Amino acid sequence: MPTAPERMNIVITGHVDHGKSTLVGRLLADTHSLPEGKLDAVREMCKKNGRVFEYAFLLDALDDEQKQGITIDSARIFFKSARREYIIIDAPGHIEFLRNMLSGASRAEAAVLVIDAVEGVAENSRRHGLLLSLLGISQVVVVVNKLDAMRYDEAVFTRIKDEYAAYLAELKITPAAFVPASAREGKNLSAPAPDEMPWYRGKTVLEILDGFQNRAANDAEFFALPVQDIYRFSNDGDNRRIFAGTIVGGKITTGEAITFLPSGKTSRVKSVEVWNAPEKKSVGAGEAVGLTLSEEIYVKRGEVMIKANESAPVAVAQKIRANVIWLGAAPLTFQKKFLLKLGAAKVEARLDGIERLLGENSNSPAELRRHDCGAVVLSLSRPLALTAFADNQTLGRFVIVDNYDAVGGGIVQEVVIDQSARESFDSFAGVNQGGFEEELFALLKKYFPHRF
Amino acid sequence: MTKLDQLEAQSIFIIREAYKSFKNLGMLWSIGKDSTVLLWLAKKSFFGHVPFELIHVDTGYKIPAMIAYRDQLARDLKIRLVVGQNKQALAEKRTFADGLDRLACCKELKTVALKNTLDGTGARRIYDPHRGAWEEVERGEPFNAVIVGVRSDEEGSRSKERVFSARDQKSEWDAGAQPPELWNLYKTEFAPGTHVRVHPLLDWTELNIWEYIEREKIPTIDIYYNQGDGKRYRSLGCYPCTTPVESDARNPQEIIAELISGKFRNIAERSGRAQDLDGGGTLEILRKEGYM
Repeated sequence: MPTAPERMNIVITGHVDHGKSTLVGRLLADTHSLPEGKLDAVREMCKKNGRVFEYAFLLDALDDEQKQGITIDSARIFFKSARREYIIIDAPGHIEFLRNMLSGASRAEAAVLVIDAVEGVAENSRRHGLLLSLLGISQVVVVVNKLDAMRYDEAVFTRIKDEYAAYLAELKITPAAFVPASAREGKNLSAPAPDEMPWYRGKTVLEILDGFQNRAANDAEFFALPVQDIYRFSNDGDNRRIFAGTIVGGKITTGEAITFLPSGKTSRVKSVEVWNAPEKKSVGAGEAVGLTLSEEIYVKRGEVMIKANESAPVAVAQKIRANVIWLGAAPLTFQKKFLLKLGAAKVEARLDGIERLLGENSNSPAELRRHDCGAVVLSLSRPLALTAFADNQTLGRFVIVDNYDAVGGGIVQEVVIDQSARESFDSFAGVNQGGFEEELFALLKKYFPHRF
Repeated sequence: MTKLDQLEAQSIFIIREAYKSFKNLGMLWSIGKDSTVLLWLAKKSFFGHVPFELIHVDTGYKIPAMIAYRDQLARDLKIRLVVGQNKQALAEKRTFADGLDRLACCKELKTVALKNTLDGTGARRIYDPHRGAWEEVERGEPFNAVIVGVRSDEEGSRSKERVFSARDQKSEWDAGAQPPELWNLYKTEFAPGTHVRVHPLLDWTELNIWEYIEREKIPTIDIYYNQGDGKRYRSLGCYPCTTPVESDARNPQEIIAELISGKFRNIAERSGRAQDLDGGGTLEILRKEGYM
């Protein structure tokens, strides 16, 4: 029997207590995706501890989560439909655990946004919508949950739908559907509910998930390979010098001319290296590859390999306009220096300006506080090869690390052309640009040619 | 790309990232199917090389066939293998077989042995593939990071793990306070003294592991397969606490069929592991203290 060749990651988001874990637990139970005896074991545990059974207990696996009845961290849950395998990422809705929600959502291709019909659109319903738009997740289904508590009233559903659709429209998100549902009662999740909600003739949540499209491997787009590492394992007589990395777009074939950015160095692809696999001449987007080059050149991790004869929107930039979510305990302030990681590169950066807060009506704020999203301008201590997020997702997103803590993330809106960027960055003077290493490499190559 | 291609590429990316980021990197290797897939992925990542040491924690109670297979594979694949053991607990008979409860035994023979092997305070037996011989080392260099083959679908607390997951100086895990981990931009910067667990297989299921073993024709230890007595191991561990399952599956193909539509369709993988059954959350307690 063949197994589903497809896999999709879906994140479940929404405000705290709007029933996300219950929705996932119920979906697992209804599709018979739970291990045998698991449901009974949880019911039994509830009976012993004098608690009312909740489907959420199937997912909130950590001891503290069960004791406190709250999801703390995103869980990966596996389930299969007739169409494909899913990893459901059950994200916490409590604001304190926003970093965990983001970690979960950043792995997803599509999202379910859950809204409690009793409470209506809440603070984190809005914030999570905003974050999905910031993360570039465009496939979204909105579930208006707990309608059983509102006697399956169509008017309640319509009111929430209208209010939230208007908000999502501001974020340029068009949901695939709004589904009226009761996760606890299993209505409109995997089976329709014509008795309770005869007024709804749309699809169930599961049908909508199955209708979502896997992100296509962008083979057809421009070729780009961030250099993750360069290997030269000299043992067992191996003298290959291999450029390793994961292709983020396009295809490349042996013999093609390539350029590295930002250095501008050029060479040609000599071979595609593989282990225990048939010989290959060509590799494409998504593959973790290793290439050797005809002309040996010195480049370091973080440069981006593109084709010499292809026009690619990869820019060498030292200033960018970006949308950022800030997670640090201390606010992000002007002139603060931090580490920015993009592709395989790592560079010192600082905040040059905040244009506005996203999702709020505040212009030119002085700082980004924890959980704020802002449109900002960032300066980099040295030029980096990157793209706008719209051109290539991997080369257009970054994380911010401050003193060993991951404190934020963002996506590149555009490159800011700024001729004075280098001078304005005096404070970074003295940063080693790799000149010495490069000279050393040239000398080694000259005097020990057999080693290269 | 198929899902197996995607899983493979993602795991290779993670393994390469770990190799780039840590000076003293090791890979836990338990002989089982997951760590065997991990070893395969490492060889793919580095084009046939394994540029770090493999680490095995030997409880002294492993199913004997596992130890024989381990030593043979290290010889055949020319792997540098580090074996750690809590010799003191074994000598003082602090084990389940000597009357200790299961959880305490796991803690002594696995968690403590693992901690002491990783931080270099415990004695190590090392197989040197160049000399083809074993040597004893009293104290070793600590490992800053280890690659571990745990999967999300095995157990609840593993479903919430980060790919790059920090442990404090006592090897302990604070599951409620994990840092954000966005996209594949893993945070590989850690304060000195931090010990890191790297998890390349979180997104793989038991089924995916077998599908990949079948696709790649990866050699695996034969106790996973029915040898004619209608029994096989589904998950490997210590013999006092791990029982074989009744199954006719004789090869990866038949195991895949069994997992998709056969008798194990809805039975948890670790159901043959007794230490998971002693009350709820047992594995989480072990993991917080430093277990895989």
